[in-house]
Amino acid sequence: MIRRTTTIAAVTWTELVRLKVFYFLIIFALLIIGNAFFLARFSFEEEFQMLKDIALGAMSIFSSLLAILATATLLPKDIEDRTIYTVLAKPVSRTEYLLGKLMGVFLLLALAVLLMGAVFVIVLLLRTQTLLHSAQIEMAALPPAELQAALDKIRATGYDPNLLAGGIIILLKAWLLAALTMFISTFATSTIFTTITAFAAYFIGHLQATAREYWLAADTSGLFTKSGLALVSLIFPDLQAFNLVDDIVTGAAIPAAIFWQTVALGAGYIAVYTALAAAVFHQKEL
Amino acid sequence: MRPAVLWTSVLAVLLLFGLARLPLEKSLDTAHRAAGLRTTVLNIELREEIGQLSYAAALSGFRSLIAAFLWIEAHTAWEQTAWGRMAGLFQSVTALQPRSLVYWDLASWHMAWNASIAARENPKEPSEFLRRRAEREYHELGRDFLLRGIANNPDPHLLHERLGIMLRDKFHDRCAAADAFAAAAEKPAAPPYVKRLAAYELAACPGREREAYQKLRAIYLLGQEERMPSVISLLNQLEAQLDIPAAERLAPPAAP
Repeated sequence: MIRRTTTIAAVTWTELVRLKVFYFLIIFALLIIGNAFFLARFSFEEEFQMLKDIALGAMSIFSSLLAILATATLLPKDIEDRTIYTVLAKPVSRTEYLLGKLMGVFLLLALAVLLMGAVFVIVLLLRTQTLLHSAQIEMAALPPAELQAALDKIRATGYDPNLLAGGIIILLKAWLLAALTMFISTFATSTIFTTITAFAAYFIGHLQATAREYWLAADTSGLFTKSGLALVSLIFPDLQAFNLVDDIVTGAAIPAAIFWQTVALGAGYIAVYTALAAAVFHQKEL
Repeated sequence: MRPAVLWTSVLAVLLLFGLARLPLEKSLDTAHRAAGLRTTVLNIELREEIGQLSYAAALSGFRSLIAAFLWIEAHTAWEQTAWGRMAGLFQSVTALQPRSLVYWDLASWHMAWNASIAARENPKEPSEFLRRRAEREYHELGRDFLLRGIANNPDPHLLHERLGIMLRDKFHDRCAAADAFAAAAEKPAAPPYVKRLAAYELAACPGREREAYQKLRAIYLLGQEERMPSVISLLNQLEAQLDIPAAERLAPPAAP
């Protein structure tokens, strides 16, 4: 089973790469490098703050878009090209086929986040080194302790190990969105329906925590309102739980326990959406 | 399986999974907030300030990105000396990223230093009274940014220290400045000069000279590294002012 799934994953990966989806990385790199030059006119604290804001925000946007758009095309394209019939005519189960497709997208998203993260960290480290170098020259006359304090401040404002945790959570959210989109595409009638529904789920998912809060609040009245809020809370994923980069860029640390709980929640969502996708796809008339 | 059975099962699984994850999501939500994550609340006023589209983007997980773009816009407003627009943009940026010290710090500095001086020297306003009033308003706006920044980030020393500087240099309230510096000095990782600043301001606060003397004495006793000429000079001054007996005096007179 594993061999068949990985073979389909590899083929899916190749198909997606041939679609030239990685071209968006050029836009990302230009955005980050261009910003680094533009932001050099700000103070170093502002520069690093905005570089992190923009880079992690862009990583989040690009990975979410890629997750939805790449996954939404997979099944309809295979049905349209009729390749799905060739594959399923062989001793490959529908679950293996679906898992292979999803693994291919996961691999693509992992590489995309890794490359974007690498561009960001390289630019951040280069800017830190440039600033350290110029500070050493400009502040050479300061007493050694003060110079060291200034250099330490620049270092502390630059790279922060929590950014890595932020990158992993961005990837986890993208995988969750891919699994959700795959589930939608198993019953959708077209690529456009899948894409629109997935984006709608994306926006509602970001408001799910608010809906849950109101649903569980003692002062929320009305059966209709309570039922509506309960449905939103129970059916849609809580995407705000994966929205930690906005705080990470300001220097907030993610405790290990919270990080692993978030990972566990993400893994749970992915497992359930994949299982549901497999169940629906198993019954789908092809 | 019949479609009705299939979809009922799918819906049941989704609802059961929703119920099963509810305790985890609630506890994770609480844990996030306890760790200072996801504490930002986006209100209706912000929607009016940044527009519907940006607000939707901020709600969808791009809060920091929108804040960075608005900050760049504020920088452009600064280059055009559009102070009012800048103040509005700073309100939005700090509402979007209330945990970022840089935004609070620089917003307050721009208002209390740059905008206030521009208002005081505004060639288009002939009335001295109105220019001074506008200057004061920008000082207050700057202080307001710092106070709200401190309310959102009570632990770091930076904003307390900035408040002390502003109260000293712009409001000339040495007593309040001393308290702000003292609050900064109590925070973790506060640099050693902050406690000296607190003592200096206290020495200039009428009626609190003895308290200032005790603080300076404690600083002096910390060791040679803390015995700055300004510390010794002020100790000498306070010892004379408070009539401290010669045997109890600590500091030799500061070198002229």
